[in-house]
Amino acid sequence: MEEIRTMKEKDMNDVTSKQRVARIIGKTLIYLFLAVMAVIVLFPFYWMINSSLKSLEEYRLSMPTFWPRHILWSNYRDAFTTAQLGRLFLNTLYVGVVSTILSLIITVLSAFAFARLEFKGKGILFAGLLATMMIPGELFTITNYSTVTTFGWINTYTVLIVPFLVSVFYIYLLRQNFLQIPDELYLAAKVDGTSDLKYLWTVMIPLSLPTLISITILKMMGAWNSYIWPRLVANDEAHRLITNGLRNAFTEASGDINYPVQMAAVALVSLPLFLVFVFLRKYIMKGVSRSGIKG
Amino acid sequence: MVESKQQWKAWVYLLPCLVLLAIFTVWPIINTVRMAFLENYNGLKEAGGETFRFGISNFTKVLEYKRFLQCLKTTMLLCVITVPVSTFLALLISVALNSIKVLQKPLQTIFFLPYVTNAIAIGMVFAAMFNIVGSFYGTENEIVVTAGIVNNVIEFFGGTRVNWINYGSTYLANMTVMVIYIVWNALPFKILILLSGLQSINKQYYDAAKVDGSSKGRIFWRITVPLLGPMLAYVIITGFIGGFKEYTSIVGIFGASMGPAHDAKRLNTMVGFIYDALASNQQGRASAAAIILFGIILVVTLINLRVSNRKVHY
Repeated sequence: MEEIRTMKEKDMNDVTSKQRVARIIGKTLIYLFLAVMAVIVLFPFYWMINSSLKSLEEYRLSMPTFWPRHILWSNYRDAFTTAQLGRLFLNTLYVGVVSTILSLIITVLSAFAFARLEFKGKGILFAGLLATMMIPGELFTITNYSTVTTFGWINTYTVLIVPFLVSVFYIYLLRQNFLQIPDELYLAAKVDGTSDLKYLWTVMIPLSLPTLISITILKMMGAWNSYIWPRLVANDEAHRLITNGLRNAFTEASGDINYPVQMAAVALVSLPLFLVFVFLRKYIMKGVSRSGIKG
Repeated sequence: MVESKQQWKAWVYLLPCLVLLAIFTVWPIINTVRMAFLENYNGLKEAGGETFRFGISNFTKVLEYKRFLQCLKTTMLLCVITVPVSTFLALLISVALNSIKVLQKPLQTIFFLPYVTNAIAIGMVFAAMFNIVGSFYGTENEIVVTAGIVNNVIEFFGGTRVNWINYGSTYLANMTVMVIYIVWNALPFKILILLSGLQSINKQYYDAAKVDGSSKGRIFWRITVPLLGPMLAYVIITGFIGGFKEYTSIVGIFGASMGPAHDAKRLNTMVGFIYDALASNQQGRASAAAIILFGIILVVTLINLRVSNRKVHY
């Protein structure tokens, strides 16, 4: 045994001295590639922060500085007032929180019906729901725009909340989760005389909390990032959402804008998303990897 | 007894969901098809009591529109370029990430960062990076105050600066900016999926290949890519679907004008066309365009599925 091992090692050593060099070069190249890509990915964030802290004069230097000579925090104050970010923040937060809560209630109830209850036409209904996921949202928007106009919902919070309360994808996600909870638990609860709602609240919801958290985060991010629908139906000052307000406050795509202030506004809008990313990354990745949708 | 009780209980639980779906999903499907097949349908005119003939002129008119064809061209070009480029880059990055141990987690976090961003907000950052500040009209007496960091870098390496997005910029330059931004934006999701796919590949395949003495390239194309097939197909299909619905990333960089100052709407997309038609109350045209968009997405998805199915079962 001993002999065989040493022979093997000798053989290996002869072959691997060359291979080792090749491997080190390979590893270096891999790290180099990843480092270059990481720099490219991070650069816009760095440039945003760098620019947001400069004075306009410094920003307009023909040779840019890679860190502000004088850090100008007042850009952030100016951004807050120019773009009226305070009001936009509150609007978005309100719409995000209310729509998330209502959406969670609807999703939980529907997922429960599809996962636990028996009723006629369940299979067909569920398949029909899933089929609607294939249709691009723009197809709905055209009619929904006239519908909400008829309802008199233009420029209200309702129009930003109600049309998007049902997400077939979230129902699907939660139903899959509910199905993993063993039937015995439900039947035992029934024997004990526990009502469905109580069972839902005390057993199923705690057991599928990670999915519910994922849904909450994605829904809140959705409100934060939504642009097209809010611009169409609620573009007045009282109900405008953050993304829209940001784009409107700095309309000209070219020419001489006060870029430091604009970049400060962009940084302020990005900050909550960044915080969510830092603290709740796990849940986002979990939800995202199964959805393929953004926000 | 229990059975029938469950019956009506289920419908009670489903009620809010079904009511909302009926109003905001099912009715729109029916109504959109209806409007698409009513000639020159206009919402305002219908409210005024006008009736419309049944016909397919909305579709033929939309397809004859030069503006629509321009939108179709831009959308297709963006799709055809950004999906392969971002998929290939994401694959390279994922394979590289999968082959290292030190720093794997922090790098993974960095590559996921662009996902949690606001497309409009970061688009504005990209616009700032490419924008030339000054009275720049492409003439001889242009005054350039600052050329933007991307041009600074190009000039640092001895190149000449490019008019990327300003007045007088070319379609090619505009599209280049869009491709860079869209790829940057598309990478994190693809890396997330592909990396988790790579991590679930059984190590035995690689060990067997090593025993056979297969080269690295051979291992990559013969083992990694086929076993990653379903993930690649998923990433490509969602990439195409997202690509055909491209809109906000262009608003982020060019603003709602969807193009440089001298040629607004130049970079308009299919979705942009639908919203423009809607804004001018031409719901018939908008519906026809939306159905065409749906058709394209359906066909592309089916083709992708078919091709990838063949590839997966090599």
